Amino acid sequence: MLKGRAHRFGDGVSTDHIIPGRYAHLRSNLPELAKHVLEDADPDFAKKVRHGDFVVGGSNFGLGSSREHAPLVLKMAGVSAILAKSAARIFFRNSINLGLPVLICNTDKIDDGDELEIDLAAGTVRDVTNGSALTFGKIPEVMLKILNEGGLIPYIQKHGDIKV
Amino acid sequence: MPKTLAEKILSEKSSTDAKAGDIIIAKVDLAFAQDTTGPLTVRQFQSTGIAVLADARRTVLFIDHAAPSPNANLSNDHLFLRDFARESGCILSEAGEGICHQIVQESYARPGDVIVGADSHTVTAGGLGAFATGMGSSDVAVAMALGKNWFRVPESFRIEVTGDFQKGVGAKDMILHLIGLIGADGATYKSLEFHGGAIEKMSMSGRFTIANMAVEAGAKVGLFESDETTRRFLESEGRGEDFKPLAADPGATYEKTIRINAGRLEPTVSRPHTVDNTALAKDLKGVEIQQVVIGTCTNGRLEDLEVAAAILKGKRASRNVRLIIAPASRRVLLQAIESGVIKALVESGAMVLPPGCGPCLGLHQGALGDGEACLSTANRNFPGRMGNPRSFIYLGSPATAAASALKGEITDPREVL
Repeated sequence: MLKGRAHRFGDGVSTDHIIPGRYAHLRSNLPELAKHVLEDADPDFAKKVRHGDFVVGGSNFGLGSSREHAPLVLKMAGVSAILAKSAARIFFRNSINLGLPVLICNTDKIDDGDELEIDLAAGTVRDVTNGSALTFGKIPEVMLKILNEGGLIPYIQKHGDIKV
Repeated sequence: MPKTLAEKILSEKSSTDAKAGDIIIAKVDLAFAQDTTGPLTVRQFQSTGIAVLADARRTVLFIDHAAPSPNANLSNDHLFLRDFARESGCILSEAGEGICHQIVQESYARPGDVIVGADSHTVTAGGLGAFATGMGSSDVAVAMALGKNWFRVPESFRIEVTGDFQKGVGAKDMILHLIGLIGADGATYKSLEFHGGAIEKMSMSGRFTIANMAVEAGAKVGLFESDETTRRFLESEGRGEDFKPLAADPGATYEKTIRINAGRLEPTVSRPHTVDNTALAKDLKGVEIQQVVIGTCTNGRLEDLEVAAAILKGKRASRNVRLIIAPASRRVLLQAIESGVIKALVESGAMVLPPGCGPCLGLHQGALGDGEACLSTANRNFPGRMGNPRSFIYLGSPATAAASALKGEITDPREVL
C-alpha cells in the first residue's frame, strides 16, 4: 500500500516542464538536476514534495522528449507513483523501466493536497480526503514483470535476457 | 492476413505473424543515443552486467545537441561518450557532423529496419520505411546489450493524402495540419502510415519532415512505403544496396483512415505552447517575432534551405529579427555552400550555426529573452523549450519562416512568392 499527498497538475505536462533542456548540463549530476524537477509547471514543487507523494496529472502526461531523466528526477524527488488520465508512450515505458508506476485513471476529482492510498495489486486508489475511490487500468503483463523486479536494468541483471 | 507497414516489419524482425496488439521481441538493427541522453544510456548499459555490445558497428553515439559544447559539464559528458566509444568499439559521430536523425537517414537506416534511439525524434527514419522509434536510455541500453527489445505491435492510422500542394505549401504544413486535427495525443501508441498520390510524389526530404513529427501526435512511429523515390535517395547517398521495396498489403486493417486534400492546405503555424494549437499563417499576420530559426531534424535539409534562400535571395531580412540557419548535417552544409544557398542566406542577414540541433532545445546558440517570440521550423514549442519559459515559440515551414524573417512578423509565404 502506497500512501502520500497528491500534487495536482493539469493536462499536457511535457518532459520539458518536468526537466527543461536548459539544465541538460546537469544530467550527469542527478542530485543537482533533481532540484529543478517540474520547475516550469510549479517553481516550488521541489521544495514542497515529500517522500512517498504522488504527482497527479490530466491527459497526455509526459509528452515530448525521450529523456529518461524526467521520470528519474521525479523518483529521486520521492514521488512514489504518477496518476494521470493518459500518459505519453515513451514516458510511460521509461517510468516503468525505473520502477516508478504510472497509473491511468480518471483523476478529475483528486485535488491538490489530497491524501491518497494506492493498492497496486488490487488496482485501486482511495482519496482519503474526499472519500472517493478509483480503479486504474491494468499494467500490461510484460511491464508488470519489469516493475516487480524494480525496473528494466535490475530485470536484465537478474535474467540476463528479455522475454515476453 | 494482410499487414500494415508496422505489422510487416515487426513480423519479419520477430519471426512471428505479428498483428496489432501483440507483444513481441524484435531484432534491433540500429541502436543510438545522443549527447544529452547518451551518458545515462551508457551507464545503464554498464549496469546490465553484459560487458560487450551486441553489435558495436550498429551502435552509434552522436554529439549533436550541444555541439560544440557550451560549458564544462557538457564537455565532460562528451569525454565520457568518447571514452566509451573507444573502449566498446561503437561508432561516435563527432560534434560538427550533424543531428543524429539526419545522419541516421543519410548513413544507416534501411527500409524494413527496426531502429531504436534515445531521442523521441528517432521516428524520422520512418520516412524511408524503417520502424524507427524513440525510447528511453534503459531501453536503448538493453538493445545495445542484447541486439533486441520488446515491442507492442501498434494499431495503425492510414493517412491518405491526395491532390497537389499549392505553391508555398508543403510537407510541414500538412503534418502541422494533421496534428492540429487529431491533437497532441491523437495517435498515442499508434503507427501513422502515410499513403496517397501526394505522398507518392513527395520528396524524401518532405517524407522525413512528416515522419519526424509523428511523435508530436503521440505516435510510436510514422511510416512511409519504400518506393522508387526511396531507391533514388539511397543511391544518391552512396548506398543503393540498402534499398528494398516495402509496401502495406491491400486490405490491411487500420484503426482509422484520415483523408487530407493537399490542394486545400494553406501555410500552417503552431502557436504557443502546444504543437496542436494550430492556425493559418495568414490569420497570424501582425504577430511580431524577434528570431527565426531555419534548421533542426525537422527542416534542416538542403531542400528546406533552398526554399528559404529562394525567398530571401537578394533581399534583406528585417533588422528586428535574428535569422539563424542551422544545417542538419555537414553533408547538408557542404551542399548548401556549393549550390550558393548559404551565400544567399548570409547576404540576406542570416547567421549560420555549425551542423547540429542549434537552439531548438534551449541549450545554446539562440536562447530567447523574456517576452520574445520566435518562428522556428523545429517540432516543439513547449514553454521553456528554447531556454526561457517566459518566451513564445511558433512553428512553421521553411517558407513561412523565411517570409516571416523578411517582414519581422508572421507572414504567409504566398505573399512574397
